[in-house]
Formats: sequence, structure tokens, C-alpha cells
Amino acid sequence: MDFETLKQVIVDTLSCDEDKVTMEASLAEDLGADSLDAVELNMAIEESCGVAIPDEELGNMKTVGDIFNYLQAHAE
Amino acid sequence: MIGIGRALPGRCVTNDDLSKIVDTNDAWISERTGIRRRYYCAEGESANSLIIAAAREAIGNAHIQPEKIDCVIVATVSGDYVTPSVACLLQAALGIRENIPVMDINAACAGFLYGTAAASGMLQVCGGRYALVVGGEQLSRLMDMTDRSTCVLFGDGAGAAVYERDDTTNLCVDLGSRGGLDIQIQGAGSPEPSVIQMNGNAVFRFAVGVIPSSLNAVLEKANLTMEDIDWVVCHQANARIIDHCAKKMGAPEKFYKNIDRYGNTSAASIPLALYDMYREGLLKDGQKVLAVGFGGGLTWAGALLNIHLGVTE
Ligand SMILES: CC(C)(COP(=O)(O)OP(=O)(O)OC[C@H]1O[C@@H](n2cnc3c(N)ncnc32)[C@H](O)[C@@H]1OP(=O)(O)O)[C@@H](O)C(=O)NCCC(=O)NCCS
Repeated sequence: MDFETLKQVIVDTLSCDEDKVTMEASLAEDLGADSLDAVELNMAIEESCGVAIPDEELGNMKTVGDIFNYLQAHAE
Repeated sequence: MIGIGRALPGRCVTNDDLSKIVDTNDAWISERTGIRRRYYCAEGESANSLIIAAAREAIGNAHIQPEKIDCVIVATVSGDYVTPSVACLLQAALGIRENIPVMDINAACAGFLYGTAAASGMLQVCGGRYALVVGGEQLSRLMDMTDRSTCVLFGDGAGAAVYERDDTTNLCVDLGSRGGLDIQIQGAGSPEPSVIQMNGNAVFRFAVGVIPSSLNAVLEKANLTMEDIDWVVCHQANARIIDHCAKKMGAPEKFYKNIDRYGNTSAASIPLALYDMYREGLLKDGQKVLAVGFGGGLTWAGALLNIHLGVTE
């Protein structure tokens, strides 16, 4: 999944400002995502690129970059 | 559906009240779940008393006599007795006839719609015209008041409906189950206490997956689209689940929510929502409601309900 696609999924799921979605953006602080938003985001990512991030792993991810790197490393 | 009724117990418990019992706060509960208050049974109240009161109102609202009822189904996981069923004691309390099917259903939060489907089948197999279907719970009796991840979610209440058989259409439903222990209340024979235990994350995922698919399955069976539907009533477990599904299905304005008032009342939540919609003047004669329940089992049930309620008195 390229960064633009991930960005779109994040904007759609969290209804946040597109400009705020950078590699460094913190999911909780900058994008206002709580733990249920994270679950929703996880499901949307899986739907869009087929990679399922275990919920425990996602719990440790703080930034958009953390998710992006995980997806790069686990892409089929 | 030609009659509706409900009963709420006497003790109102706000999020602030709960914050004095467990480490929680109003902001967390309302942001994560949409719940602001719920009701617990007070002295002298129980699942049975609520269910009987709700049923009595529904029969009155349908303008029929209790002797006319041809089938009684109660959906509950918290009845006063293991046996007799709540339905049997309800039958006795209201003076409903003897030679008709009377039973409880254990399908947790999908129970009211499972009961609706079962009643429809009963009327066909056993004959008859009117069915009484009630969902009611006293979950406050089954909660671990030290577990903040579950005890803030649930409440007590009962909702009842009277259905009249319609020979011109078939009831359109979508029932299913994915057996597992993600929501559980251990039985009396187990060494652990009988309290609600839940894997919240897994249930959230289950719910947001199964609600749209069940709603779509019912629409397909009924040969309708969302345009033909006046209201969508989801089991009120978490406002965030409903919002997610509303977004996915489109037409979010058709998704009714009243979880803020009662919390998750399991089998009671769908008729409690229909009741409030009716009293608020939203639910009108001739409307079509798409309803869906999901919960312990893990069960789910979607159904298309045709509303034929009189004007609010
Ligand atoms: C129960 C539910 C609201 C929990 O939401 P969640 O975001 O998954 O919550 P988590 O368990 O991940 O907890 C998130 C944080 O909130 C805390 N928390 C849990 N309950 C809390 C409460 N009542 N008050 C304050 N904080 C609470 C947790 O301890 C956790 O803190 P941490 O991140 O510091 O560890 C959610 O999973 C849900 O609604 N699931 C569906 C359940 C359902 O509908 N069941 C009934 C179907 S019939």
C-alpha cells in the first residue's frame, strides 16, 4: 500500500484533515484517534490492502509512520 | 407489529454515579459508547416484573384482550427462574390462554428478533393470529461491578410487541450464529461467578461486520433497497458501532439511537428503541423498519418489521 492510499483510508476512517496525515503524525494526539478508532482503522486497512495488523501490535503503534512501515514490511 | 409497550425499573444510574463505584468517568463512557445513563432494578423489581409490565402495555396498545394471544415468546438471559420460563409466568399473570406455545428464547441481544421469527413460525405451525414477543433483562444482577470494561455498558429494562399474522407477506429475516465465548455468563454449575465477561474488541469487530451484512441480507430477501426503508434500528450496544454501520450503509439519518438513555439492555434494546420512536412520533403506521440484533452466542438476527401502530394516545 503506498502512502497516498493509506492517507486516504485514514482520512475516510477518522474524518480528519488530510494535511495532518504525515508520517510523523501521532494517531492519538494529532489525529484524535482513540482505541475504537484504531480498531476501525485496522479493519479499513485490511479491507483495502488485505494486511491484517494484530490488534496488540496496533496498540503499540503511535504514529502513521509506524503503520506505514508495518504495512511495507508485511506486504505480500 | 400492532402493539408496543415497555417497562423501566426505578433506579436511574448516571455515568457520574458509576465513577463513584469503579475507576471511570463520564467522558470515557460517553465518548466510547454514547451511554449517559442506565436503569437498574430497585427493591421488588426483577426481569420478570419488567417483562410482565411491558407485555401488559403492549397488549393494551394493540387494543386486544389477553385471551386473544396465540403465542408467547420471551427473549431473556436473566429471568427470575431457570424454570418456569418467564413466558409461562407472564402467561399466568396476564390470563393468557393455555393451549398455545409459550416459551423463552436464549439468543442474548439478538433474542427479540429471534423471538419474532420463532413467533411467526409458531403461528404458521400451530395456527393463530396474534403473537406476543417480549425482550427483557435484569443485567444489573449479572454484572461484575469491579470490572469497569463491562459494568458501565449494561442496564435493565423490557420492551414488548404484539404482532398480527399477515397472510399477504412472509416475514423477512436473516438469523445466524458464530458459536464462541467472546461474551459469556457462566452457568450456575460453574465454579466462577455468573457475571458478564466480554472480549470487547472481538465483539466490536463481529458487530460492525455482521450488522451491514445482515441488513443487506434482509433487504435482498424482501427485494427492497435502503430507499424503501423508513428506519434502521440496531441493537443498542454502542453508539460507535451504530455510527460505523450507518456510515457504511449510507442514509445515516435513518439509524435511530437511544443508547444514551438506557445503556445496553440486551434483548430489550430493540423494542425499547421502537417504543421511544413511537412515543416521539417518529414511528408511524405503514412504515418499514429494518432491525438487527447481535450479541452473546455470538448470534445475530436481522428482520424487516411492518409497523401498524395506532396514533399515540
Ligand atoms: C467495550 C468497549 C467500549 C471497549 O472499548 P475499547 O476502546 O476497545 O477499550 P479497551 O478495552 O481497548 O480499553 C481502552 C482503554 O480504556 C480503559 N477503560 C476501559 N474501560 C474503561 C472505563 N469504563 N472507564 C475508563 N477507562 C476505561 C482501558 O483500561 C484501556 O486503557 P489503557 O489503554 O490505558 O490500557 C468496546 O470494545 C465495545 O463497545 N465493544 C463492543 C461491546 C459490545 O457491544 N458488547 C455487547 C454486544 S451485545
